[in-house]
Amino acid sequence: MAKILMKGNEAVAEAAIRSGCRLYFAYPITPQSELIEYMARMMPKVNGTFLQAESEVAAINMVYGAAGCGKRVMTSSSSPGISLKMEGISYIAGAELPCVIVNVQRGGPGLGDIQPAQGDYFQATKGGGHGDYRLIVMAPGSVQEFADMASEAFELADKYRNPVMILADGMLGQMMEPVEFKPAKTDAEIEELGKQHHSWCIHPNEDGDKKHHNEINSLEIDPLVLEKHVNELYEKYAVIEQKELRYESFNVYDDNEILCVAWGTASRIVKSAINELKAAGKSVGMIRPINVWPYPYEAVAKAIGPKVKKVYVFELNTGQMLDDVKIAVSGKVPVDFWGKVGGIVFTPAEIQAKLEECF
Amino acid sequence: MEKIAYRPESLTSTPFTYCPGCLHGVAHRLIAEAIDEQGLINQMTGVAPVGCSVFAYKFFNFDMAQAAHGRAPAVATGIKRARPDMHVFTYQGDGDLAAIGTAEIVHAANRGEHMSVFFVNNAIYGMTGGQMAPTTLPEMKTTTSPYGRNTDDIGFPIRVSELIATLIAPYYIERVSLLTPADIIKAKKAVSKAIQYNKEGRGFTFVEFISTCPTNWGIDPIKSRDWAKENMLPFFKLGCLRDKGEGVE
Repeated sequence: MAKILMKGNEAVAEAAIRSGCRLYFAYPITPQSELIEYMARMMPKVNGTFLQAESEVAAINMVYGAAGCGKRVMTSSSSPGISLKMEGISYIAGAELPCVIVNVQRGGPGLGDIQPAQGDYFQATKGGGHGDYRLIVMAPGSVQEFADMASEAFELADKYRNPVMILADGMLGQMMEPVEFKPAKTDAEIEELGKQHHSWCIHPNEDGDKKHHNEINSLEIDPLVLEKHVNELYEKYAVIEQKELRYESFNVYDDNEILCVAWGTASRIVKSAINELKAAGKSVGMIRPINVWPYPYEAVAKAIGPKVKKVYVFELNTGQMLDDVKIAVSGKVPVDFWGKVGGIVFTPAEIQAKLEECF
Repeated sequence: MEKIAYRPESLTSTPFTYCPGCLHGVAHRLIAEAIDEQGLINQMTGVAPVGCSVFAYKFFNFDMAQAAHGRAPAVATGIKRARPDMHVFTYQGDGDLAAIGTAEIVHAANRGEHMSVFFVNNAIYGMTGGQMAPTTLPEMKTTTSPYGRNTDDIGFPIRVSELIATLIAPYYIERVSLLTPADIIKAKKAVSKAIQYNKEGRGFTFVEFISTCPTNWGIDPIKSRDWAKENMLPFFKLGCLRDKGEGVE
């Protein structure tokens, strides 16, 4: 299939539909509006459900209901709206329901602004909602990757019965890049995808079926039962931590004098700076976590070459992934951080200047 | 020999967790009987609320979901949109539906969402220990209105059925009571009608039950019913507010 020039917000929506998503519930917010509008246009064409909910809270609870039926379902929002969804996300994680949540991050805290930012890293990877749970969090670095992650997120959600968040930002949402889509799933394939969940999900008693009483629930009033449930969740998360690590090594060599760590939009800019420095004979490597939970701690640690004198973290926040990098580095070398906030995106020249100071 | 006393197939054998004299069990049974009678058990699903009936997902004998406080109509919306071949109801109390869940109930009703909502109004929060509800009567004492509900400070009780009846889409809205055997028979008719309209795909149906809370009111079960008749029914008038099937608009 030929490449199409598309905004990230539209590309992820198209890719979700192709992956078998036939249910989408959301509430409008900038800078993800193209996503909800694309779904409003396209869902009726595939006999899917588009519903503009009365609130983010209602939207995520509609997702809870649809996911409880084992169907591929998605919602999307931007930072303040994601905060409102956190109640429902906790229930979804507790009830072990598969679904995909897209966060097109903007500047915060509070109402913040509508420019790209990475200030929701803590919220996405360290909790956000109440209780002991984890989201699988994928952080795209391009429009193509944003689109590819839709199907990957649904696969992971189905595989682990866990909510998956795609943590993009206003830049990736608004930017146009060429995208190539995978073939769309057929209605028959989508039907089969739903049936894989029949052992636990809400569905009718078909003729000849053994009568079932499935419960979509996160309540366990007996502490011993809840203890067992939470421990089982953590066993699941431990498997995910083993199997679902994803990162990109960029220009990582033994002669690196600096190792950068950056994710999402920030990583693109760092790459440009590294290329400029490379042309000037200065060797800088970068690890880009693609999944930010589970976090590739070992990959970061192993990328610290013999000549690396500093690990430099660049983010569009005040230093959030920085904590994970410090855990990974474990004091082996100094860790430095530089970032921009308020929805202001740093330039390659600014990153280059920061890196040159280290030589 | 004719079997005259039995558990409806739509109820599991899990014992109810309600206080002595509580009427939730009666409301559950009416819903279960109506589902049985209309042969819907294989296509039925329901959403349990937060509150005393939080365990309703264990009591109904088909697939059930448990929802966050007030969110049952949103969860039911997601279920119905995902499984249009099934019939869905929510079961909610006044603290759940009329306070934290006002947005969800109003908008599900306004969309004419294909679901039945069974709303139990006993003018108090039960499970959390007798706090003031949006339906608590003026001057009524609760643990969070210890000097009586002061309407100058906190407003008047919300008449939810009337509120829903201001919307165009809802197909059927009726307020019934569980306070006397005769009222329970009438309530059964309303429940059956809601389930029947649900089965026929007519849209949003809403039944409000006037009920009691002997434990948190601090009144014995029989006297609780008398208290409700004297105090609740004058404010929450029984009757059908909307029945598009019968031309009542």
